[in-house]
Amino acid sequence: MLSSTADHLYWKARSMERAENTARMLDVTYRMSLLKQVVVEPHHEWRAMLSISGLHEDFEARYPDPSAKNVMHFMALDEKNPGSIYNSIFNARENARAVRGSITSEMWEALNQTWLEMHRIHAEGIAEDGISRFFDWVKERSHLSRGIAHGTLLRGDAYRFLRLGTFFERADNTARILDVKYHILLPSLSDVGGAADYYQWGALLRSVSAFESYRKVYRDQITPKRVAELLILRPDMPRSLTACMNEVNRLMKEINGPRSGELSRRCGLLHAELSFGSIDDIFARGLHEYLSEFLERIYELGDLINTTYFWSTDE
Amino acid sequence: MKTAYDEMYAADGSVRESYRSYASWLQSTDDDVIAHKREEADMAFHRVGITFAMYGEDAGQERLIPFDIVPRIIPAHEWKRLADGLRQRVKALNAFLHDIYHDQEILKAGRIPARQVLGNSQFRQEMVGVTVPEQIYAHIAGVDLVRADNGDKPAEYFVLEDNLRTPSGVSYMLENRKMMMRLFPELFARHAIAPVEHYPDLLLNNLRSVAQVGIANPNVVVLTPGQFNSAYFEHAFLAQQMGVELVDGNDLFVRDETVFMRTTQGPQRVDVIYRRIDDDFLDPRAFRKDSMLGVPGLFSAYRAGNVTLANAVGTGIADDKAIYMHVPEMIRFYCGEEPILSNVPTWELGKPEDRQYVLAHLAELVVKEVHGSGGYGMLVGPTATGDEVAFFREKIVAEPEKYIAQPTLSLSTCPTYVESGVAPRHIDLRPYVLSGKNITMVPGGLTRVALKEGSLVVNSSQGGGTKDTWVLEN
Repeated sequence: MLSSTADHLYWKARSMERAENTARMLDVTYRMSLLKQVVVEPHHEWRAMLSISGLHEDFEARYPDPSAKNVMHFMALDEKNPGSIYNSIFNARENARAVRGSITSEMWEALNQTWLEMHRIHAEGIAEDGISRFFDWVKERSHLSRGIAHGTLLRGDAYRFLRLGTFFERADNTARILDVKYHILLPSLSDVGGAADYYQWGALLRSVSAFESYRKVYRDQITPKRVAELLILRPDMPRSLTACMNEVNRLMKEINGPRSGELSRRCGLLHAELSFGSIDDIFARGLHEYLSEFLERIYELGDLINTTYFWSTDE
Repeated sequence: MKTAYDEMYAADGSVRESYRSYASWLQSTDDDVIAHKREEADMAFHRVGITFAMYGEDAGQERLIPFDIVPRIIPAHEWKRLADGLRQRVKALNAFLHDIYHDQEILKAGRIPARQVLGNSQFRQEMVGVTVPEQIYAHIAGVDLVRADNGDKPAEYFVLEDNLRTPSGVSYMLENRKMMMRLFPELFARHAIAPVEHYPDLLLNNLRSVAQVGIANPNVVVLTPGQFNSAYFEHAFLAQQMGVELVDGNDLFVRDETVFMRTTQGPQRVDVIYRRIDDDFLDPRAFRKDSMLGVPGLFSAYRAGNVTLANAVGTGIADDKAIYMHVPEMIRFYCGEEPILSNVPTWELGKPEDRQYVLAHLAELVVKEVHGSGGYGMLVGPTATGDEVAFFREKIVAEPEKYIAQPTLSLSTCPTYVESGVAPRHIDLRPYVLSGKNITMVPGGLTRVALKEGSLVVNSSQGGGTKDTWVLEN
C-alpha cells in the first residue's frame, strides 16, 4: 500500500476515535462537575480536563475562565482548537476524501454525512439541554464509522491501518480519561473511599461504557483499584490499555514491513508488560506516574509508526 | 440563420428513425414521473459525490455538473463512419508526433510549414530523439466532434478540436450511463444500446500495452495534481475502476533514472504513469522550476526509457489550433488516404488575405486564440456585443499570428429539459480514442450540452451540462 494512503487511513481512524473520546471525556467531566462536593476551587474539574488534554495554554490565551460553558465550546465546536470535536471530524473527513478509492463508498458516504451534520451543528450552536444529545450523536457516528468498515472493507492493509489508528488513539485516550480522576482528586486525597469518590469513579466507568461490565466482572463495590485494573489490565474490556495493545501487536505482525523491526519490538515489549502486569505493582508505583509513562511510550511509538510506514525516505 | 439540425426531429417535424422508439416512450410517460426521476438523479449524484468540490469558505458545499435525462442517440451506421474516421485521424496524429520529434519528413516534404511547427511554443525541444514504446504519444485522445450544417449540403460531422494532452470527462460518460440504467431500466430493454462500461478495462489494457519491452506485469499508476484539482473525482474514479494506485507527486521518487512509489513495504517500481498533470508541472528539474506537483527527475527516467508517460510529453504541438488545419494533410501524408472526417474551414490570421476577410466579417465568425482552451480566449461573433468585437479586433491587429477564425457553426441540437420544459439545446460529442498496441474505443463518448438558450459553448466551466450517449447496435 502507498505510504501516503496508509497515513491518511491511520489518521482518518485516529481522528474519528478522538472525536468519540473527546465526547466521552467531556461527558465524564460534566457528570463529575454536577456532583458538587466541597468546592476546592471554582471550575476545578474543567481545569483538570484541559491540563490532561495538553490544551490549557491555548485555552487560557483565548477564554476568560474555564467555566463549563467555555470549555465545552472550546472542546466541542471551536474551529481554532485543533483538538476540538469539530476539527477531529473535519480531519477524519478530509483524510477519507484523500483516499476515497481505498475505502468503500458506504464508508465515505457515512463520513461525509457526519461532516455535513457537524457543519450544521457548528453553525447553530449547542443549547445547554442538548449537550448530552450531542455527545451521544458523536459516539453514534463513531460507532457507525467503525461498523461500516468492519462490515464492508476488504481485510487488507487498508483495514489494518484503520484499525491501527483506532487502537492507538483509544489507548491514549483511555489512559487520559483514567488520569482525569487523579487530577480532580488530587487536592482532596483525604476523601478517598468516600461517597463522592464512589460517584466519581462511577461516572468515569460510565463514560467509557464500562459501568455494567464492572458489575459483571467484580460483582462488588466500586473501588479505585478495581476500576484501574479493569481499564488497564483486563484483556476482555474493549477500551482497556491491554485490549488496545493486543490489537496493535497483532496488527503489527500482519502488516510487517521490511523496516518494521524496531517498531514491532517496542510494541511487543509494551504489550508483554501489560499482559503480565499486576495492579498492585502499578499502585505501588503510583497510578498517575504509571499512566504518564504509558502516554509517553504511546507517543514515541506513534512517532516510530510515522518514520517506519509513512514518511520513510528511500531515495 | 436557419434552424440548426436537430438530432430528434427532422425539418418537417417528424421524428427521426433512431429516436422513434424513445419518442413514443417519452410521449407515453407522465410528466410527474420524469420530474421525479430528475430529482432522483440529482440526489444520487450528490450522495455519491460526483461533484466539483468547493473549498475554503464554502467548505462542504459541492456543485454538480447538470445531467440531462434525454439521451443523445446515434444510429449504428453513423457511428461506424465516425469510428473509422477517428481511428484514421488519431493514427495520423501519432505518426505526426513521432515524425516531428525524429526525422521531420513531413516538414522536409513541405506539406506543413516548418516554422509553424518548430517555432510553436508547444513544440518540446526536449523530446527530439526520445523514443517511446510503440511510437505512441497520444494514448488517450478526446476528439471533439460537432454536427453542423455545411452551406447548402446536408448537415455533417466536423472535428472541432483534437485534445491530446489530458482530455477529461470520461468519468461523466460512465456515470451518466449508470444513472440512466438506474432511472430508466425499461428503456434499455426496448433499445439495443452499445455498452460503454468496459472503458476502464480498455484503458488499463491500453496502458499496460505501452510499458517498456520485457516487463511481465507492469505497474500502472494514475498521477493526479491532488485532491483540490477540480477533476480529482475523475482521477480517483479511474484509478479505482482500474484497480491501480492513485498517486500524487509526493508518492513518487526517482533513483537511478527509475521511478518508484513509496509504499509501506518499501519502494516499488512504477512502469506506466497515466498522468493528469500538464507537461509544465511534471518535473521541476526539466520544466517549471516552481512546480510543487511533479516528481524531480521524472523526465530523465522517461528519456532513459525506464517509464512510460501517458500521454507523452510534447503532444500539445499536435492539438494546437495553429496546427489543426494541417491534420487532413497529415492523414494524406502518413496514411495515404483521404480524411474520413471533415475539418472546420479555418482562416489563419497570420496570412494577410485571410486576415482581411476575417476583419471584414468578424460579427459572423468565431475567433479562437491558438494556445487557448476552455472556451475563454474566444469570440463568438453572432452573439458578441459590439464592445467585445471591437476588443478582439484590437487584439487581432496587435498579434494576428495568435488567432484563427472559423465560420460560426450552427451546432446540432437535442431536446433537453430546461426550466420552461423540453427545448432544443446545442450539443457536441467527445469520443475517447485509446492508442497502444491497437486503437480501441467504446461506442459513443461524452455528449455535452449548452444549457443556455442559443449558446454554443458546451464547456462545463461555462455552464454546460451532459447527456448519456447511445450508439444503437442495429
